[in-house]
Amino acid sequence: MNNNLLLEVNSLKTWFPIYSGVFSRRTGDVKAVDDVSLTIAPGETLGLVGESGCGKTTLGRSILRLIEPTGGSVKFENRNVLAMNRSELRAIRRKMQVIFQDPYASLNPRMTVGRIVAEPLVIHKIVSGGRLEEKVAELLAQVGLRPEHSRRYPHEFSGGQRQRIGIARALALNPKFIVGDEPVSALDVSVQAQVLNLMVSLKEKFNIAYLFISHDLSVIRHIADRVAVMYLGKIVETASRDDLFSNPVHPYTDALLAAVPAPDPKTKTKKIILRGDIPSPANPPSGCYFHPRCPLRREGCDSTRQVLKDVAPGHRVACMVKAP
Amino acid sequence: MSSDRSASFWMLVLNRLRKDWFAIAGGAIVLLLLTVAVLAPVIAPYDPGSVETARLLEPPSADHWLGTDELGRDVLSRMIYGARISLMVGFIAVGIATLIGVIVGAVSGYYGGWVDELMMRFVDVMLTFPSFFLILAVIAMLEPSIVNVMIVIGITGWMGVARLVRAEFLSLKERDFVAAARSIGQSDAIIIFRHILPNAMAPVLVSATLGIAGAILTESALSFLGIGVQPPTPSWGSILTEGKNYIEFAWWLSLFPGLAILFTVLGYNLLGESLRDALDVRLN
Repeated sequence: MNNNLLLEVNSLKTWFPIYSGVFSRRTGDVKAVDDVSLTIAPGETLGLVGESGCGKTTLGRSILRLIEPTGGSVKFENRNVLAMNRSELRAIRRKMQVIFQDPYASLNPRMTVGRIVAEPLVIHKIVSGGRLEEKVAELLAQVGLRPEHSRRYPHEFSGGQRQRIGIARALALNPKFIVGDEPVSALDVSVQAQVLNLMVSLKEKFNIAYLFISHDLSVIRHIADRVAVMYLGKIVETASRDDLFSNPVHPYTDALLAAVPAPDPKTKTKKIILRGDIPSPANPPSGCYFHPRCPLRREGCDSTRQVLKDVAPGHRVACMVKAP
Repeated sequence: MSSDRSASFWMLVLNRLRKDWFAIAGGAIVLLLLTVAVLAPVIAPYDPGSVETARLLEPPSADHWLGTDELGRDVLSRMIYGARISLMVGFIAVGIATLIGVIVGAVSGYYGGWVDELMMRFVDVMLTFPSFFLILAVIAMLEPSIVNVMIVIGITGWMGVARLVRAEFLSLKERDFVAAARSIGQSDAIIIFRHILPNAMAPVLVSATLGIAGAILTESALSFLGIGVQPPTPSWGSILTEGKNYIEFAWWLSLFPGLAILFTVLGYNLLGESLRDALDVRLN
């Protein structure tokens, strides 16, 4: 075990049961997260990319136990989060926070901004009484809002401002790790940059580690130190950001990168068109989950389970063709 | 942006209600009844129990605006005091039903699983009894009194509220602000009552307003059947009952309490319907 790691996820599985028939028997599982392992060092940003429905959000929430995982382990500062009881979990929540995708759904419409931001401070008895208002103002200032905003309700703010409120709430407990669940994908592009830069500066100021979930590769490229590519509940490639963008190995990563529009229309990009839809995680393909859509498919792909293998230091790929 | 005043949800609702004529009409009726009930001793021209044997069953006149009954009591004064009974029954019975319904619905919807299954099957069982006959049976066993009437109407009327609140909770508990509350380590009790419940109250308020109308009708019906409010306490239902024996020659005895019930129920219904529209305020 590496003591320099903040977070260590091992073989994490989150399966949702499917019940059907007259007697509601369990007839299968949606394997939203299937045997995922990853690590994050203190202050590091791990970008998690993948198509809609591949299990990114479920993975993020399972790590925080907002969804109960089915199996595996999540070690945070060398303590297994999945084995914690309610009070231990409550205590560890001070260190692990989350920023949600939809700033319109993640703030309680009946609570003022001041109460929303103060709530974590009150629960964990960090400050109270007169100091509370001061601390809320300080948190709002950190995310670029004004103290008088605390008396307003969420519906009086724009999307970008609301996301800042969500960030202030997450920061209140001074966490070491934040799951950003597509924190900018609901925002306008101009506002995206502001919120991203805010997250970067806060990370540098407080040495926060992020699990940054996104389907937008340009966002990931901007913020991540390392990147993990997810497909149908599994990690298929992980590498440092520069490695991944300059030398993608897995055919799926290749296809994702090829789909990013180039700013210069004259640039020649290789076009890789993936055929078909992402398969159902309730009934995944045999062998390599990617084989029905893979341009490099060869014999054996449909029968061999793929595991992550090193292709270079810190660069791991699950593909029998490219990383035998 | 510079204004310090912040529009809370309830202020937006109030603004909408002020522009709705039905809401104003319903609100006016309800407000009038509340005033009459509170100020009954001041505005009633006579003591509702004082018997005037010389003036039995008199039609409406300048002395007795709504006439007198078979004991020579002033009908208007009795109806003014009757308003107190009607409103008390309405508010307390609906209060009991709402309290039980909210707790059952909230726990059922939030926790789900076998807790939900158990509670909802109990709701189904309760709903299989025709509620009026259940009330009749229970009151017949207990001693008929105003307190028993309120309690029985309350504990037989919470199932609709429970289902309503449960449905709201089922959808609200999946929202991200609930996940956010959990992620900061908030307790279940506070998540249920401070985060989710305030967002689920709109339909409860509508159903409570309409429920008051229903409870007033039930009380009137019970009193009409003689197992509700007991004489000599005046209630609209009991005045109506006493009047029915003389309806051929003393129509005022039955007509006016009947109209009072009609307008009260109409007022609450108008207000409830307008609330339903006004509460559909999108806050996002």
